[in-house]
Amino acid sequence: MLATYQNPIYEYERSVDQNTDQIPHHPVIIVGGGPVGLAAGLDAGVHGINALILDESDTVSVGSRAVCYAKRSLEILNRWGCAQRMIDKGVTWKVGKIFFRDKLIRQFDLLPAPGHEQPAFINLQQYYLEQYMVERLRELESVEVRWKNKVIDVVEDERKVTLTIDTPDGPYSLSCDWLVVADGANSGIRARMGLESDGKVFQDRFLIVDVVMKQDAPPERWFSFDPSYHRGWSTLLHRQADDVYRLDFQLGWNADPVEEKKPENILPRVKAMLGEGVDFELEWASVYTFTCRRMEKFRHGRLLYTGDAAHQVSPFGARGANSGFQDVDNLIWKLDLVLQGKAKPSLLDSYCEERVAAAEENIMNSTRSTDFITPKSNVSRLFRDTVLELAEHHEFAQLLTNSGRLSDPSILTDSMLNTPDSSNFAGDMVPGSPLDDAPMEMGGEERWLLNTLDGRFHLLYFIEDLASLEPFHQSVLIEMQQQSVPVIPIIVCGEFGSIGSIDGITTLVDAKGLAKQRFDAEQGTVYLVRPDQHVLGRWRKFDLEKVSAAVDKVLGS
Amino acid sequence: MKLNTKTNFHPTDSHFFRAYRAGDDFYEALIEMHRGLSDELSAKVNARLILLLANHIGDLTVLHEAMGLARGEIEKVDS
Repeated sequence: MLATYQNPIYEYERSVDQNTDQIPHHPVIIVGGGPVGLAAGLDAGVHGINALILDESDTVSVGSRAVCYAKRSLEILNRWGCAQRMIDKGVTWKVGKIFFRDKLIRQFDLLPAPGHEQPAFINLQQYYLEQYMVERLRELESVEVRWKNKVIDVVEDERKVTLTIDTPDGPYSLSCDWLVVADGANSGIRARMGLESDGKVFQDRFLIVDVVMKQDAPPERWFSFDPSYHRGWSTLLHRQADDVYRLDFQLGWNADPVEEKKPENILPRVKAMLGEGVDFELEWASVYTFTCRRMEKFRHGRLLYTGDAAHQVSPFGARGANSGFQDVDNLIWKLDLVLQGKAKPSLLDSYCEERVAAAEENIMNSTRSTDFITPKSNVSRLFRDTVLELAEHHEFAQLLTNSGRLSDPSILTDSMLNTPDSSNFAGDMVPGSPLDDAPMEMGGEERWLLNTLDGRFHLLYFIEDLASLEPFHQSVLIEMQQQSVPVIPIIVCGEFGSIGSIDGITTLVDAKGLAKQRFDAEQGTVYLVRPDQHVLGRWRKFDLEKVSAAVDKVLGS
Repeated sequence: MKLNTKTNFHPTDSHFFRAYRAGDDFYEALIEMHRGLSDELSAKVNARLILLLANHIGDLTVLHEAMGLARGEIEKVDS
């Protein structure tokens, strides 16, 4: 039992689907009510897709587990309407410090550029995150969560997927068009379908301990290589909500996980790390090992694998749940278009392609961090320690110091959906990149660029001044919103442009000139943006045919 | 000081979006170069690598500065 949190119990309720001899059909079923399954439900809900989440338990995460949520995740959660509560409850941080043998060798700021609505990171216990997601889901009409519903069989045919589900009232069956698999690292569905997630098991063990204590220290991530209180190994310190601190001790492969979890063995380690005279209570502990692995493909017919079921990484870098949210963000708008018959099912192959590339990048970064933290040979330890020694005085070695490359969003540069540039642009907002945020004004009120996008295709149209918008373009922009797959224009005026509005078109003022700078925008530059806020294409001059061709490329028509 | 100790790793022909990426590519290749070697052979490979890179750099001022820094800091660490 935790001192700071009591798990809510979500009662099992018998559904009408259990009272029929037919096999009731749902368009989308999501298996798993962890962060990624709930995320899939939220995205389905805001798109108005009828979706059903099945979860075998009746509560949220037991233990704090995944605690670091990155800016991109918060931007996505914000679109689903639940980021603010998490930020308010969580601990916002952006400074990381790295120590080697008790000496500070590097300090980094994860959000050096101002002008983003969301912070670089928040730390929040997984149970709060899930609880807030469940509570937000209740506000969304098209999504239902069924607790104590355990999928025990899956059969796929050409037209549908049929599930057998065990409940406290016994088993029943359902069918669906699409099955979103989000049942975690040891995915039962994956195993049942005879599929594997392949990769590398790391021969190392880590003890994570949550302690409750009152401290005035600023919320920062502290990573220590070879500290005097834990010689030869590494430790990590993070602050979470409710004065809970996460302590992470590297133990090595030979440690006994059962012994290490006993309070009498945990206490001396914690005392040594925190120092004498610090009052704390043990809250929760776990010993873990990890693997870096992924499935070869994330789409198998009507089954779409997401989150840890599809790919797994070491925890250094917070690339697990954060990449799971990006999976869902990538998948659901595509599923929406396919369900509506507006895109071919082959659009879902781009989910696989794009998120496999993202998983590869996450696995690469997380494997490199792990290899740096746990050198595998004498010579790699020598190089590692030498980098850390040089880092105290030399910038190049500071950047080589790898205590986890913290989750950054995937830039889908090689996506088959992108329309390549035909003009030169400076900066990082290439096709495939998630949009950078920027502070805006609308009707004299402050707002954020990303917050203005609503899960449909958008066209950002940059002009200095409203008066300089061609009347012909104005009518085309209004028509684009009426298409069967609407493209919603947003006019972004220069900071010195006239303030006003055009009927039927959202108009923003680039209040600090940051959007212009970040997008390398000139008079007339347009950016076509996907529903998941990634850039699809960009042009120096608006041309409806080019924009339509780029959208058609996505729809497969 | 002519020796550059600022971050200087960069890809030859592509653009990386993350500041850490080129350095991490290098570091992985460096560790990979030693895979499966005994400690003696690793020392040998390191020596060969230093000689190859030293010739490539060529500038004696830079090399003297690097040697001074490499040696000097070892003495400082050991004392």
